[in-house]
Amino acid sequence: MKWLWVPLGAYFALPLVATAVMSLWQGAHGYGFEAYARLIHTPEMWHSLLLSTRLAIETIIAGLVILVPAVFWMNLRVPTLRPLFDFVSVLPLVVPAISLVAGITAIYTGPDWFVGTANFLVVPYVILALPYTYRALDVGMRALDLRTLTEAAQSLGASWPTMILRVLVPNLVTALLGAALLTMTIVIGEFTFASILLFNTFAVYINHIGSTSATRAAALSLLAFLITWLAMLGVALGGRRAAR
Amino acid sequence: MHWRERAADILFLGPFLLFATAFLVFPTLGLFVQAVTTKHGFSLSPLATIWHDNHLVAFRNSIEVSVLSALVGALGGAIAAWLALAPGLPRWARALVSTFSAVAANFAGVPLAFAFISTLGTLGVITGLLKSIGIDIYAAGFSLFHIEGLVIVYAYFQIPLMLIVITPALEGLRREWREAAESLGASTWQFWRHIGLPVLLPSLLSATILLFGNAFSAFATPYALTAGNLPLVPIDIANVLSGNVSVSPAQGAALACGMIVVMAVAMLLYGLLARRVGKWRAR
Repeated sequence: MKWLWVPLGAYFALPLVATAVMSLWQGAHGYGFEAYARLIHTPEMWHSLLLSTRLAIETIIAGLVILVPAVFWMNLRVPTLRPLFDFVSVLPLVVPAISLVAGITAIYTGPDWFVGTANFLVVPYVILALPYTYRALDVGMRALDLRTLTEAAQSLGASWPTMILRVLVPNLVTALLGAALLTMTIVIGEFTFASILLFNTFAVYINHIGSTSATRAAALSLLAFLITWLAMLGVALGGRRAAR
Repeated sequence: MHWRERAADILFLGPFLLFATAFLVFPTLGLFVQAVTTKHGFSLSPLATIWHDNHLVAFRNSIEVSVLSALVGALGGAIAAWLALAPGLPRWARALVSTFSAVAANFAGVPLAFAFISTLGTLGVITGLLKSIGIDIYAAGFSLFHIEGLVIVYAYFQIPLMLIVITPALEGLRREWREAAESLGASTWQFWRHIGLPVLLPSLLSATILLFGNAFSAFATPYALTAGNLPLVPIDIANVLSGNVSVSPAQGAALACGMIVVMAVAMLLYGLLARRVGKWRAR
């Protein structure tokens, strides 16, 4: 049975190797870093990468601000709402992203300050990340004794904001980190919403460059793989720290 | 005191419920309304357009790609998970498999498409290597940009997803029953035929359905790969939204609803099967 590792390993390694080789190809000039050098000097590439990073950070913050209090309160005071929360949080997996774009663009056509800038993407991105953020937060909070924590904090005179920021959040660092990194990989790679709504995010830029230069598209794909790898490594390390 | 409790409920739960209602529930319901509305009011004609030839082809392609890639992913993922659980595998190898699976399961979309174009595209590295030893895969009828190509590309995120989903079920199976069966003199074949597969079947089926849904809703990967030339439902919807084709928004909404219905059926089956899995966990 062990020989089966060979075809499996080859299937997963070959595309990465081939992409690396392709990114170094310089046509008649052999192999080198020309594609990378040209990308570094392309402002559009930096703009798109920066836009995607900014959207990722905004999505993480918006998602946590909305979800942390809600999941906390549901767990502490209104556990009867759990089925509703579970249902709402799997909806984004049932409604494909392309259908959600169709639905959102049909309803929200204005005002311009809302739908006209790239920041509008944060709205659907929070929805796309919802299943993962909710699961991470819920698992994290269920492992805590919320009632005791809350009562201890309140008996010491802590207000609700103090309680959430200085008691709850520090106890949830691992869950929050996992949720944040997963949200980041989703947002950096997201293409459906950005391309339909015509915003130049990183994935849209890769697709755009792919129509003119296979080598630069390969270089950027490799970079995207590296970003995903780093994020998942962070999740794995965070999980190991929590297990201790 | 009572009104303060209510105020707290609204303060803590309100933003989330409002947000989900406004940007998830409303848009979804809106699609269903839009799909049965024309200029002249209520009508089933937009829904009927799903049965038009070209949309039907898109649905057939989408389902074919999703079924095939779910089967390939389920088989490959189950084998990979089984290998990764084999005793005697060094710890670092197991850690590598689990981290790589998390990465590859999330590595979809545009970068994945270009990775495979670099590999098996018409000018891909492997295509070139094979050509240099006399094998021209494109002359032999293969194309990365048709259904068989999509299945190969999708396997890159389907196999790792299967591995992640099925590993707990396999772990539950390994420990006691295998030893019990062996001590009673069962062969490997007998173990799988009478114990392993029947116990795993609900898990395997539910995981396969999950993979189907994962492939069915994929948009970025096939769009970047085929430049929108292979008719799939998500690509048809995108063409309507971008105004590339003269199709009414209502028909686009009907297609989007068609996708939601397929996904809802798949997820319902997934949920029912996943519940059956619990039957064996309890013991």
